[in-house]
Amino acid sequence: MSITMGEPRSAMLSLDADGLRRHAALLRPDTAGRLVTSLSAAAMIAGLIGSLAYLGFSFTAIFVGLQRIGGIVAWMLPPDPQTWDNTRFYFHALGETLGIAFMGTLGAALFAFPLSFLAARNIVPNLIVHILTRRMFDTIRGVDALIWALIWINVVGLGPFAGVLALVTSDFGALGKLFSEAIETADAKPVEGVTSCGGGTFAGVRFGVIPQLLPVVLGQLLYFFESNVRSAAVLGIVGAGGIGLPLSEMIRTDEWQQVSFIIIMMLVTVSVIDLISSRLRLSIIGPAPV
Amino acid sequence: MSASAPPNRLTTAIGTLVSYDSDLREKRRKTIFGCIIVAILFVLSGWIAEAQPDVLIDKAGAFFNYIGDILHLDSGDLVFEAPGEWFWGLRRWLLSLGETLLMAYAGTFLGTFAAFALCFFATDNFCVSRLGKFCTLRFLEFARTVPDLVFALIFVIAFGLGPIPGVLAIAIHTMGALGKLFAEVVENIDPKPVEGIAAAGGSRLAQIRYGALPQVLSNFVSYALLRFEVNVRSAAVLGFVGAGGIGFTLLIAIRKFYNSDVSAILLMIIVTVMLIDYGTEKVRHRLIGREKHA
Repeated sequence: MSITMGEPRSAMLSLDADGLRRHAALLRPDTAGRLVTSLSAAAMIAGLIGSLAYLGFSFTAIFVGLQRIGGIVAWMLPPDPQTWDNTRFYFHALGETLGIAFMGTLGAALFAFPLSFLAARNIVPNLIVHILTRRMFDTIRGVDALIWALIWINVVGLGPFAGVLALVTSDFGALGKLFSEAIETADAKPVEGVTSCGGGTFAGVRFGVIPQLLPVVLGQLLYFFESNVRSAAVLGIVGAGGIGLPLSEMIRTDEWQQVSFIIIMMLVTVSVIDLISSRLRLSIIGPAPV
Repeated sequence: MSASAPPNRLTTAIGTLVSYDSDLREKRRKTIFGCIIVAILFVLSGWIAEAQPDVLIDKAGAFFNYIGDILHLDSGDLVFEAPGEWFWGLRRWLLSLGETLLMAYAGTFLGTFAAFALCFFATDNFCVSRLGKFCTLRFLEFARTVPDLVFALIFVIAFGLGPIPGVLAIAIHTMGALGKLFAEVVENIDPKPVEGIAAAGGSRLAQIRYGALPQVLSNFVSYALLRFEVNVRSAAVLGFVGAGGIGFTLLIAIRKFYNSDVSAILLMIIVTVMLIDYGTEKVRHRLIGREKHA
């Protein structure tokens, strides 16, 4: 600091004026920028109001609906499965949900892992193969697991197995894309090392790429398992097994105490799974790499 | 280590090799143990989920037949040969696809707004009280853990069939997901601008507006755009429970085996999703670029 206590005030003021002059550009109000910001904000809000109006929102509809929601919440309390049989049935359905999620995740990984090497440019330099596999992953990924569930129900019939296959297909696309990206960003030096010691392409992949890949893959699988538990919970709504089926039935038959019981079961399960998998992820990947 | 006799190089090397060997063996043991557990869980989940590999092998042909079927018109021609006939319902489908997009837009907007309003209550630097923070966090957790389809099912009972329950379900889910992310962003900001405004006598609102907001806004918009992508996908299936959008048309087409309609609608959904992913990615890159220049 050039200004000390002893110096006269005017020096400080002149320094201020000097600073103001030198940084005038920073201090000038950015009219154009503000105009763009406020115009785009106005356009977005107008879009919101327009779409709400188009979709049939009205104050009466919201008011009436909220009143009914209030009634439903009141009916939900206290959560109560009513009979012991129901409780057993719900726990079985919950187990089914976890089974669907686990099998779906692992099955998708088993299919996606080998194919993702085809889609990685540093392993298979052929541009046509690369584009075709990437497009295939994107197309499969673009279709929601619920839609796949409907399709698989047409093929293998109603039941949890259709749910497993739906998760396998939709995650196959997503995991394939993620895995191939992970392969492409892998460090090339270990592969060069293996090759310089006389290893072939396969040895290069096995000892150069896969050790780098595995922690990433396992971490992503855990994330996918978590999200699949949530997806598997709704697959039952279209008839593909799991807790979604009793849940949607109870909602449709106005058994609100059972609905809230099932929702609480789901919440507890999901948070327990999240807890376990974040522990596992830490132990696999270790503390965050610097 | 004793300082009197320097260790022989050879013994050091051997010692290293031995410890490396035992490390490796330990690691391998862990890997095998992990694999066995995963295999047991796989079999167990296969049993619970009633997996039928024999049925799958039996019906694998049927799956590919189905893919073939939806690519054929009723006349037996491939769909690509008569695009006019394939997309016979284009006007109607475009309308419901548009409705889907509007649902995603309105739901994302409302949810982002709610998340924005709530996130400051869920952070250490701006929360009103510990209890408020705890309650806000649990509320957000509830909103994102209950799947949006379940909210939609319940709202359909309350608000009736149509897009309103869909928009609200998306909004609530978005609020839960974004609220948590927003709160994390706000907790990681540089505290100095906020302290500066507090030192100059700024209120809590002024601290947020002039201290926190400029730091977090581009991040918020980026997260909201990502969420919009996700919401377009989920809006497309909300119709399965009667909550508006193209899902209902698709559900009917799949259930009633209107095969060529299935492929046409799926194609429209996939292309729309891809276009939106592409567009939002462009916008996000521009946002991030602008942040770097500033």
